[in-house]
This record gives sequence, C-alpha cells and structure tokens, in this order.
Amino acid sequence: MVVGNVADPYRIGHGEGRGADAESPGDGERGPVSKRIVTAYGFWIFLLSDIVMFSAFFATYAVLARQTAGGPDGRSLFDLRNVALETGCLLASSFSCGIASVAAAARDRMWFYGAMTVTFILGAAFIGLELREFSGLIARGAGPQRSAFLTAFFTLVGCHGLHVTAGLLWLLTMIAQVFAKGWRPDILRRFLCFSLFWHALDIIWVALFTVVYLIGAGA
Amino acid sequence: MSEVAPARDGGARRRAFDRAPGDPRLDAAGIMRGVGSYLIGLVLAMGLTAASFYFAGSGLIWGPALPVALVVLAIAQMGVHLAFFLHITTGPDSTNNVLALAFGVLIVFLVIAGSLWIMANMNHNMPPMGGMPMH
Repeated sequence: MVVGNVADPYRIGHGEGRGADAESPGDGERGPVSKRIVTAYGFWIFLLSDIVMFSAFFATYAVLARQTAGGPDGRSLFDLRNVALETGCLLASSFSCGIASVAAAARDRMWFYGAMTVTFILGAAFIGLELREFSGLIARGAGPQRSAFLTAFFTLVGCHGLHVTAGLLWLLTMIAQVFAKGWRPDILRRFLCFSLFWHALDIIWVALFTVVYLIGAGA
Repeated sequence: MSEVAPARDGGARRRAFDRAPGDPRLDAAGIMRGVGSYLIGLVLAMGLTAASFYFAGSGLIWGPALPVALVVLAIAQMGVHLAFFLHITTGPDSTNNVLALAFGVLIVFLVIAGSLWIMANMNHNMPPMGGMPMH
C-alpha cells in the first residue's frame, strides 16, 4: 500500500503516508511511535541542551584563556602525554559502551557485563588521571583562585569530569538493573539513554582536548 | 529488537518507525555489522585524535594556522562519533534527530561566536588601564 508522495521519502509532517489520509500528521494507522523511540528522542533533546550549557563554559574559557593575571599559562601547565592517555581511555570506553549496546540488542548477558565492566574501568581511569592532574596543579599553586584563566579551566574541565562521574554511577546502576530485572523494555530504554549519555561525553571531550589542551599548549 | 517493527512489507523495503538516536538496531544477522560500525568509528576517531596530537606537537603546520587545523580535525572527529557511535544518519528515519542536532549546533555556534565577538569588541574599545587588559 503506497499512498501519497512516493518521490519524497522524508514526508516531513505527513505521517509518511501510511494511514488512509496521507496529509494528516502522526503515524497514521500504525498508531503512535514506540516508547523506545520517544524516550531516546527526549533524552537526545536533553543531551543537546546539556551541550548548549557546555557551550557557555567553552565561551567563558575562550574569552578568559589569556587572562592569566601574571600567573602560569596553559603552555607551562598542561602535560599533553597525560591528556593523550585520558583521551585514549575515554575513546576506548566509548567503543566498549558500543559493544555493550550490541550485546544488549542481542540479549547476551556475558558480553554485556564484560563490556560494561571494561567501560567502567576505562572511565574510572579517566577520572583518576584527571584528579591527579587537578591535584598536581593545585599543589603547584595553580588552583582555580589563581587567575581568571584557571577559574575557567577548572570550571569547564571539572564540569565534564562531574558528568563522567555521574555516568560511572549510572553505569553501575545499569549493570545492577540488568542483573536483577533482566532485559525488560524499560531497562533497555534506560540503557539506551545511558549509552547516548556516554557517547555524548566523549564528543564533548573531543572539543575539550582540542580547545583547552592542544590549542592552549601549542598556540 | 522486539519494539522495532520489521522494515519489510511485501518484499519492498519500507521504512519502519523513526530511528532512536544511539540505537544500533540489530536484526538477527546484524551483530557483526553492529560491531563493525563501532569498529570503523573507533579506527577513524583514533586516527583523527592521533593526527591532532601529532600536529600540535610537531612544527609541521604553520603556527598561526594550527588552531584552525586542530578545530577542523575536532569537528571531523565529532562527525565520526555522531555517525558511527550515535548512529545519526541522513536517512528519512533520522530526520527528527538531525533537526534537533542542527538546532543545538546553531545555539552552540551563537553562544560561542557571539561571546568571542562581543568580548573582543569590548576589549578593543576599552581605554587602556595601566597597559593591562581586564583580569
């Protein structure tokens, strides 16, 4: 049954012509879209608003990056080897989170637990490296009180670190829920949101290591 | 994926529902393809990350052009993450996700570019105070 404009597969706002009336919005005779898609789409909107919040921190950092108040600047503070390690941990954890998504779609518990454990270890390693860097900076007298540049730096990087920490707690919750409740549709929806969150954190980290560390240390 | 309706109808491929962002959406034989997508993304992202760190450390790129080159590499890597990890595609089942993303990118661009533009103007127009810009 093909109704309506076949040439336009997008058919925005026309319910894809599946119902009797191709001009009516919505999903026609199939009824409303599945809860999994509505939930993930809503969480996608939340993540985009979270990214908009990060953009304000990025803008603050970009404006204040050169206001060092006579204190140390990025070139003398940043250890790019440490940043490369953090980047590797987060990228690998994003990949293993993807493997956990495939395992969840295939309902394979062992692969799911294994991939989630790897994701947790890599995420925790990232947080450990970041905390070591922060404590090293503070010990050298380059804490957030030192200059506007360092305030903006600790706010931006620390906010991302807080997100990763919250993600780690969520990750443990997901392992526990799959263990205790199995592959229920609501648990799978929750896990889909978690994987979105985790991948989005990695995208923010890409912007972060480029703008803060690489440009800060090199240019 | 029990909640995703099969995309086949009388032999002709028909679109099921919209696609959830981040959903690997496997069919019975799709496990290798699902893993393959993440594997391609990992390899591309690792390559772009390595290029970023290499260019930042070497003098290969003319100094004043380095930030632009790094930003281009970062945007490319974000595209890789979106396509291979979050499965945001250009397909008709992903239109809603792409439009939401486009709006988010617009706001991010306005906030960052607008802040830099305004603050650069204000710094430029400020009378010199002891020769130092604002701290």
